[in-house]
Amino acid sequence: MDEKNILEIRGLKSYFFTENGTVPAVDGVDIDVPKGKIIGLVGESGCGKSMTVRSIMGLLKYPGRIVDGSICFDGTELCGLRENELRKICGKDISMIFQEPMTSLNPVIKVGKQVKEALLAHDRSITHEEADRRVVEMFEKVGIPEARKRFDSYPHQLSGGLRQRVMIAMAMICRPKLLIADEPTTALDVTIEAQILRLMKDLRDETDMSVLLITHNLGVVAELCDYVYVMYAGKIVEQAETYELFDHTAHPYTKGLLDSIPRIGSNKDRLHTIPGVVPNLLYLPKGCAFCNRCEYADGICHEQADELREISPGHWVRCRKPIYGGEVSR
Amino acid sequence: MKYFLKRVIGTIPVLLGVVLLIFVMLRIIPGSPVLMLLGEHYDQATIDRLTAAMGLDRPMIVQFVDYITGALSGDLGISYKYSRPVTDMIMESLPYTIRLAVMAALFAWIMGLVTGVIAAVKKNNIIDRLFMGISLLGVSMPIFMTSLVLQYIFSFKLEILPMTEDGTFLSMILPSIALGWNSAGSIARMTRSSLIEVMQADYIDTARAKGLLRGAVIIKHALKNSLLPVVTMMALQLSSMLSGAVITESVFAIPGIGRLATTAIQNRDMPVLQGTVLFTTVIVIAGNLLADLLYSVLDPRIRKGD
Repeated sequence: MDEKNILEIRGLKSYFFTENGTVPAVDGVDIDVPKGKIIGLVGESGCGKSMTVRSIMGLLKYPGRIVDGSICFDGTELCGLRENELRKICGKDISMIFQEPMTSLNPVIKVGKQVKEALLAHDRSITHEEADRRVVEMFEKVGIPEARKRFDSYPHQLSGGLRQRVMIAMAMICRPKLLIADEPTTALDVTIEAQILRLMKDLRDETDMSVLLITHNLGVVAELCDYVYVMYAGKIVEQAETYELFDHTAHPYTKGLLDSIPRIGSNKDRLHTIPGVVPNLLYLPKGCAFCNRCEYADGICHEQADELREISPGHWVRCRKPIYGGEVSR
Repeated sequence: MKYFLKRVIGTIPVLLGVVLLIFVMLRIIPGSPVLMLLGEHYDQATIDRLTAAMGLDRPMIVQFVDYITGALSGDLGISYKYSRPVTDMIMESLPYTIRLAVMAALFAWIMGLVTGVIAAVKKNNIIDRLFMGISLLGVSMPIFMTSLVLQYIFSFKLEILPMTEDGTFLSMILPSIALGWNSAGSIARMTRSSLIEVMQADYIDTARAKGLLRGAVIIKHALKNSLLPVVTMMALQLSSMLSGAVITESVFAIPGIGRLATTAIQNRDMPVLQGTVLFTTVIVIAGNLLADLLYSVLDPRIRKGD
């Protein structure tokens, strides 16, 4: 494992075993998260991004499970770790923010207590008074007004933005080395989204933690991330530093995603969309998984799948005919 | 508090309605209490005299108002058959019913919750199947049959427990199981399905991501949410047990409220029957109220005005 990485995922395969067959939701994914960096993982709904991070946290739901691969966190192999050992790391060194702040907090427990629980789960020596004080402090840090009063609130008494701040406080309370944020702003409106993203960036700058940010919003990626992985149908199809990815987009799928961002001032009547839908993972095409939706695909694309290739330093793409850096002329 | 008062006041019309209904019904069913009392040899003069003495010749509305006024001061009338105050008779039967109800409810709650939780945790494996089979048996077998089977096995064949009530703790075990099994079954099945559903909730993932162990997640996070519907049912079951388990009390010869009501029917003893029905109504209404209030204590989303 590379010293500068806090997390290294190698050849991760997480499959769903359904009655209709095996669904390769995550199919051989490699991801590096360097210390102190914000890494983006981008893709459409159902491409396997949530499954990837759920595999890290041991939160895969039945009938899904990790089939193969390695997840190495700070020198510890998480794959195959016993439940009790994994729980010692989760919530303390790795913590997670979920997509739905509305349903991710327990409706019958006061929010302060829910945050405090994370602290008490990993530090048995801490007194209750001390824990309460730390929670209120954290609430103030994540910008919850009247922090002391909010400690005794129930989730239904808070707005979506406030609930997500509570979730962030919960994730940050043990000063994690790695924060996994699974679409943290998808359920929020845009002004709150900007505040939450700013908060996450500030917290990263202060504490030097790493962030693995799952999103389908490339605007968020441009705002926040140092390095980006683009995922499609369970595989990484392109990875590059953020500027490189935006300036020299190589994979047709990434280009489709970028073209789908509405631009102020453009005169187009209709928003660009990628034709078709994510393929059913039970019946993947023989060749490239994207071939049926790709405007550049030819006969060979339908027949043979491509491996990830490095087209310039740090920029990898899984495509025979990349838009940038390819030998194939079009 | 305001919510509580509102709910209590809301029960008054229900109570009055039930009393009126039972009052009228008892007077239109065939079979005169006067004739029951007199036996075989009587003449019309005797009938008239007794009817007047019992106040049954007055208009029904007068009788009703008279009854309500009496009931409010704790006077439920005099038994035709035993010539004793109905209130005293209910108070004498009550301890037996309470004892049976409490033991049956404890049995039902503990068995129901424990097996329900275990079945949910061990979803779809052999233990789950076994527990759910046993509870299905409890839910679907009529109580008189359960009682007879239990009596046959434990009293007649094995001779380890008394057949009928004799004042000892041991003699209450069989009736408690017979009465509680049914409730335990419903509680177990409801706890199981509710817990399985709650375990799928997003906040369970949050709790696990926090680093809580499986047991702590179930007890601290899942159980409280999944018990919301179950608690309502448990309160209602307790009130129905407290209002007299007619069949169980008859089979095991327990002189409780249920027995009092059945013998009152046999004797056309209207004041006693009226009294037990009124008592039952009050208990059921109180049970409903309790369930409601408990629910608002457990679920902060229902609490008003905070």
